[in-house]
Amino acid sequence: MFELPSGAEIQSIIAILKSGLGFFIPEIYLSILFMGLIILDLVLKGRKNAILGWTTLLGLGGSFYFIAQQHAMQARELFFGMYVLDEYAIFFKYFFVASGMFAVVATLADRKFETEVKSIGEYYALVVAMVIGMVMMAAASDLLMIFLAMELVSLTAYILSGYFKRDARSSEAALKYLVYGAVSSGLMLYGFSLIYGMTAETNILKISMALADHGYDPLVMILATLLIMAGFGYKIGAFPFHFWSPDVYEGAPTPITAYLSVASKAAGFALLLRFFYIAVPHGFSPYEDILGIDWLSLLVIMSVTSMIYGNVVAIWQKNVKRLLAYSSIAHAGYLLLGVIVMDEIGTQAVLFYLLSYFLMNYAAFYVVVLISNRTGSETLDDYRGLGSKMPLAGAALTVFLISLVGLPPTVGFIGKLMIFSALLSKGSLYIWLALIGVLTSVISLYYYMLIPLNMFLRESLEPNEKSLNPGFLAQLMMAVLMILTIWFGLFFEPLSEFARYSSSMFGLSLY
Amino acid sequence: MLSLIVFLPVIAGLIILAVPSSQKQIIRIVSLLAAVVQMVLAVMIWRGYDPSLAGITAMAGGMPEGSFQFIERLPWISLDLGGMGSMNIEYFLGVDGLSITMVILTALVSTIGVLSSWTIKKQVKGYFLLYNLLATAMMGCFVALDFFLFYVFWELMLLPMYFLIGIWGGPNREYAAIKFFLYTLFGSVFMLLVMIGLYFSVIDPLTGNNTFSLVAMASQENYIKDAILGPDNAMWRYVAFIVLFIGFAIKVPMFPFHTWLPDAHVEAPTPISVILAGVLLKLGTYGMMRINFPLFPEVFQASMYVIGVFGAINIIYGAFCALAQQDLKKMVAYSSISHMGYVLLGLAAANSEGMTGALYQMFNHGTITAMLFILVGVIYDRAHTRQIDKFGGLATYMPVYAGIVTVAWFASLGLPGLSGFISEAFVFVGAFSSETTRYIAMVSVLGIVLGAAYLLWSLQRMFLGKRKDDAAYDLQIGPDGQEKIHFHDWNGKLDLDGRELAMLIPLVVITIFLGIYPMPIMGLMTTTVNHLVEVLAPVVMAAVN
Repeated sequence: MFELPSGAEIQSIIAILKSGLGFFIPEIYLSILFMGLIILDLVLKGRKNAILGWTTLLGLGGSFYFIAQQHAMQARELFFGMYVLDEYAIFFKYFFVASGMFAVVATLADRKFETEVKSIGEYYALVVAMVIGMVMMAAASDLLMIFLAMELVSLTAYILSGYFKRDARSSEAALKYLVYGAVSSGLMLYGFSLIYGMTAETNILKISMALADHGYDPLVMILATLLIMAGFGYKIGAFPFHFWSPDVYEGAPTPITAYLSVASKAAGFALLLRFFYIAVPHGFSPYEDILGIDWLSLLVIMSVTSMIYGNVVAIWQKNVKRLLAYSSIAHAGYLLLGVIVMDEIGTQAVLFYLLSYFLMNYAAFYVVVLISNRTGSETLDDYRGLGSKMPLAGAALTVFLISLVGLPPTVGFIGKLMIFSALLSKGSLYIWLALIGVLTSVISLYYYMLIPLNMFLRESLEPNEKSLNPGFLAQLMMAVLMILTIWFGLFFEPLSEFARYSSSMFGLSLY
Repeated sequence: MLSLIVFLPVIAGLIILAVPSSQKQIIRIVSLLAAVVQMVLAVMIWRGYDPSLAGITAMAGGMPEGSFQFIERLPWISLDLGGMGSMNIEYFLGVDGLSITMVILTALVSTIGVLSSWTIKKQVKGYFLLYNLLATAMMGCFVALDFFLFYVFWELMLLPMYFLIGIWGGPNREYAAIKFFLYTLFGSVFMLLVMIGLYFSVIDPLTGNNTFSLVAMASQENYIKDAILGPDNAMWRYVAFIVLFIGFAIKVPMFPFHTWLPDAHVEAPTPISVILAGVLLKLGTYGMMRINFPLFPEVFQASMYVIGVFGAINIIYGAFCALAQQDLKKMVAYSSISHMGYVLLGLAAANSEGMTGALYQMFNHGTITAMLFILVGVIYDRAHTRQIDKFGGLATYMPVYAGIVTVAWFASLGLPGLSGFISEAFVFVGAFSSETTRYIAMVSVLGIVLGAAYLLWSLQRMFLGKRKDDAAYDLQIGPDGQEKIHFHDWNGKLDLDGRELAMLIPLVVITIFLGIYPMPIMGLMTTTVNHLVEVLAPVVMAAVN
């Protein structure tokens, strides 16, 4: 039986918890925002969508203030090593809060929420809850904390993706998401238990020390990493753990699709980088391990298959959201390339790519929302002739898609440039990976261009030549996003400096 | 100066953006003004250019000044890469003998292209926006001396071109546009990898940092010995050369990467065909001369023979294909392939004559093919068909048109006295005097005969003889008793109108003038070409001296 702790021990535990609180303010703030939104929802009557939405937007924006203050704090562990505070975590805090804000902006723009949803109620609160979960994923440094944070994200995501209750596809999406999520969580948890069995530790830093000190059975190790990869792979949506994503992306409300495709993927990468870089030992050559494969080789396989599968299958898609879903599998592959490099440049490249992906993918989904507001459809055929009806939307979407392909002068090009530079900085070791990367991005050009092709090169099926105006604010927003995409493609120094500055991870110096 | 000439069309584009799309004439005039000013600037650069400076490589010590002219060099992006030092990208423009000729050509062809775009009726605003973007990207490519900048301009051309073919093109335009896009992107992604590899391999002697500067890359002493593309890594240098060559060869287009070109030409509207053949194809061979060959001279020496063989295949295969075409525009497109083969052959000779011929051929092909495509466009506008056997006896009814066609056709087949002759002669002199390409040149001469065949044969079928029964036009007896030609749905002037003459006459004058006195253009390039030959083939030079 456990011994009851003495009064002094309890006192010291409380003291440690208290001392950690000062470094936990953004999370506390977001939790208060979450509860506040629920209460506000109960108090308010009538048309609540706008009020709740704007409150969420402002509330999330307020958290930037608290996050910014954390730059002054030293990197440290909190709460008995459950949680860390470092520049890397702060980067993702900005990232997820901004993603949450963007999801809210897209929700406010989406007319479907007015027609399909009876009570917007807890929607915005759930968005905030998901932000909290993702923020904690990026900062978790303990297997238990990692699992809890991931479950928080997953559970809110299940609800949000099924938010259009009367829409069968939305419900289907939520159910599929749930089933796949449950299985992969279970697998991951099993992997965690194997690691715990080998090391008797749950803190990732201590795990790495224990593994280095006492050695490990390679067979068990590879099994454990494989199982854990199932959990992470599910979050980042990489092949072969991607099966949920096309259906969920297609069925879920579009703002949530965008949110999942950017933020949830980024959270997966935040965790993946931290976990693999810190916890699991690796040979400096990927071919050093006893079995001939180690987790790095697993990542290589995942990356290559994701790039090929995502890009090739996307060619046959007829629904724009589904097309973007498959493309997001491919982007997970490109991001994994940066993880494989395993050094500062690689991490910097991954963070930069995430930033660029944030901008272009959100922007693309935003335009998809605006278009579906007017046409009520997301199929390629209904994009015919839209270029002349919504010229700005057409031009903006084209720029975002070009950026997703990775053509200059857009931010997506710089993202790819960073990834490939990181690969080639290792000499000839990874040239073949870079080759697959560039060749698959040529394939991606074909299906991305299907959208401008339908918008500009083909005439509308209905002879109705009325122009569709998405509204002044939306036009302004699109123009700003378009300019940003090009601006950061030409002057990307601030973004890449930010990414470099943020690539320092607590505990990484051990290696 | 160079920044202005590069970005002038984009400025015009921004003005156009502000003009309401119903004001078509204003949009056209703004574009034309930009193009004319660009032309004026090109002439000013031409006048201010000192042909005694070599270019290609930097002066001793790594300073590009004194070697390149009109240099504009600003730090653009400086990235800290942690352990890998910093990544420096410069905004670095400048001209030497290679680029100045291409700058003049680009300005000229862009201006003609705007005039030729007057007939575009659909979505004029969008058209000229894209057109101006394309003009900037082309000009930028020719003056960029930083590989990164070059790559940005190079890729920037693709999207406007895709839409220009895809929206304003012919019936099969979707296929042609995406084929063009995919093909060129396929070539240029390899260039991206080579660019990154070169970046990690080259040190700027002035700053000691890794650099994207093409000037620094052109001197072999700036390479890090054991870097990925350094002198120790011969294997990867071969690979890099080959993939870079394929990237440029797609643009040339070289057999077997040429299949996008006939499709693109047939579907593209006339002005875009003019730009495509007049300027874009030259970017391929320009890229070879600026980047591919001087950066990997030892690989170039090893592969001169292969390049020559491909040149010969291009010449003969292109000519045979042209001979078989029923569609006049397709014939001209294949003749482009054939004529770009001469450029490849001249480059493969790797001596002063061959290289001068190649570069001069690039210029002449630009002007002559522009003329050919405009002439094809003229008849297509009137008859709505380009089938060669739907015409006959046109010389009687459209004498001015027939006259200019004759000049253009003869210039294309290399008649002495016209500019095409001089460049082809130089190419052959060069190819014959080089040990490597002597026998290839003998085979290639066949191309001239074939060229004469398809050009003269089409001339005969279309312009001589009498109207055929199934011709694309009728004959009517005019009030003065003369037989007059009549096209369906054509209310304009039957023979060439003023705008068409304004496009064609300058080109005719240039073709004739440069055929008699080539020095204004050729004089610009000699020092640079000689230096390029020194960089490329020290062995060959030693043998000559």
